[in-house]
Amino acid sequence: MTTMQRVFGKNAAYWLIGPAALWLGLFFLVPMLSLLTTSLSDPAGSPIYGYDLTWRVQNYVEALGDYWPYLVRSLIYAGIATALCLVLGYVLAYAIAFKAGRWKTVMLVLVIAPFFTSFLVRTLSWKLILADNGWVVNTLQWLHVMSPDGRLLATPFAVVAGLTYNFLPFMILPLYASLEKIEPHLIEAAQDLYASPWKGFLNVTWKLSIPGVVGGTLLTFIPASGDYINAAFLGNPNTQMVGNKIQALFTTGGDYPHAAALSVILMVLIVAMVMVYVRRAGTEELL
Amino acid sequence: MSEVSPEESAKKGVSRRGLLIGGAAGAAGLAAFAFLNSRGGGGGTPADCVTTDLSATEKTFAFSNWPEYIDEDDGDYLSTLTQFQQQTGIQVTYTADVNDNVEFFSKVRNQLGACQPTGRDMFALTDWMAARMIQANWIQKLDKANVPNLDKNLISALQGVGWDPNRDYSAPWQSGFTGIAYNKSLVGEVRTMDELLTRSDLKGKVTMLTEMRDTMGLIMLSDGADPANFTDDDWSKALEKLSKARSDGQIRAFTGNEYITDLAAGNIAACVAWSGDVAAAEDENLVFLPPDDGMMIWSDNMLVPVQGTHKANAEKWIDFYYDPKNAALLAAYVWYVCPVAGAQQEMEAIDPTLVDNPLIFPTPEYLAQTHSFMALTEAAASSYEKDFADATG
Repeated sequence: MTTMQRVFGKNAAYWLIGPAALWLGLFFLVPMLSLLTTSLSDPAGSPIYGYDLTWRVQNYVEALGDYWPYLVRSLIYAGIATALCLVLGYVLAYAIAFKAGRWKTVMLVLVIAPFFTSFLVRTLSWKLILADNGWVVNTLQWLHVMSPDGRLLATPFAVVAGLTYNFLPFMILPLYASLEKIEPHLIEAAQDLYASPWKGFLNVTWKLSIPGVVGGTLLTFIPASGDYINAAFLGNPNTQMVGNKIQALFTTGGDYPHAAALSVILMVLIVAMVMVYVRRAGTEELL
Repeated sequence: MSEVSPEESAKKGVSRRGLLIGGAAGAAGLAAFAFLNSRGGGGGTPADCVTTDLSATEKTFAFSNWPEYIDEDDGDYLSTLTQFQQQTGIQVTYTADVNDNVEFFSKVRNQLGACQPTGRDMFALTDWMAARMIQANWIQKLDKANVPNLDKNLISALQGVGWDPNRDYSAPWQSGFTGIAYNKSLVGEVRTMDELLTRSDLKGKVTMLTEMRDTMGLIMLSDGADPANFTDDDWSKALEKLSKARSDGQIRAFTGNEYITDLAAGNIAACVAWSGDVAAAEDENLVFLPPDDGMMIWSDNMLVPVQGTHKANAEKWIDFYYDPKNAALLAAYVWYVCPVAGAQQEMEAIDPTLVDNPLIFPTPEYLAQTHSFMALTEAAASSYEKDFADATG
């Protein structure tokens, strides 16, 4: 008999699942059902008088037909941001795990430090940095890297840069966690067996860090593809992501059914992509 | 080995039957919820929702207004809000959380529809949205005995509006104009909407308002159409003009009040703007002008929602701001059209340079170039709003 069963009796599992199940039921399942019923309601209703549930699947067809460019753009931006995060994050996590020595803790704190300020404030401060008359743009123009009427703010570049910046810590932390666990002796063994440093890295370090890579890419890609703050503050009307469209439909458009349908489509799309990804990465047992 | 792996113990702990029963109970609960959700969205009998007024016992009052829309304490200067608190002993919670009519509407509609308090005793919304809310029976009737100044001092131009002929439900906070603003340190004069939507030196440096009636009203005027009485053709033509400017990259963003900081910072060079914002920014590079083809006029109205529990306090507030002296103090700060007769005389003592400012006290000639947006049915409004949302988002 385990300790758990001694404390809770034979229904231990139910007691343990209970609080989380209740929480998820109340704050995940119920809103989810509200979303699903709204997505199948007749859009002829209005936010004032409510919507009638008419099982109108057509909403999904229309949402997909009208707004697919936003979905594609979101996936592309999130994909680029995730790739950038992986490159930047892997190098940094590797350095922290293997080369930082006594600076390890300080560096980890620095990675997490941005979380102490609000996401909004951090994104808005990028607006100041990238401003049309700001020092970054002025310097680039002075160096002739950028044309005199070129700009950074309100471009796809700014949106992807913002996404990369905001989600980088979510990449670094899982990478660090799995790199940190790697036994240095394994790498030494690879060297003893005449593996080149590159081969040793590929066969030992990289392979053992795959759970971190998968975890980090998921933690980056999923929120990034649904994000709308970066596109709202750093983009222009032609760089709007699906999150912006959903927000606009819910608020200014007052079109709840299509907004709900688009949300469900995004969710299903991401879940499907994640499942394929995890299966192909062969890391189901590692997650 | 007596150790049991976590998965195995979980399998033992929760039987398949237990899961099924739990799942079925959950599903039943959710089905019931779905039923409620589909029925409960709106309707009801909001007239019954009017709460008892707690003003006699609670000296508080919560007001949601637009940003940059009230004077503030500054050194020796006591703001009108502080004066109101001192005179009445009522503690005011003033929140600037209205940035867009539709957006604000979506914040409060669920509570209002379900007969629940929004935490606000009053909010200020533009004419068409005020009309929509009064229509839905979500607004309380003002007690005329408590607001003598409103009846006495409301300027004639704002009396007898179609949606509230006797001003039984609403009191204008400020009126204003929608026109063009530009930063003269960056670009030359911008006089028309066509310049704003096509001039190449403005490319990527133009913003429009998310308020459909402001943005589309001005574009229709530039086409020679009348926003107060337009056809579907006029609408489509204007919408196409807007969509083209957007896909050409001419338009940098669709915004609420926040355009003013970007205009001052030089991130945008010209935009559709509200008259008072530009003046109140006190930046000599920023210029507001009425487009050659005419500009839009509107007012924001104070409304007490049915679940506002401090109506009498709200009425004291309205009456206070319809005192010409207080109205003049406010107008001198916000630079919007003052709805209070007699404030122009009071302005002499406050700031003589503002007495003849047409943005605050417009002359009949100045008003002749203003236009309003046609009243829309609920169905037409939502169809136009959808078009507009698709063109802007």
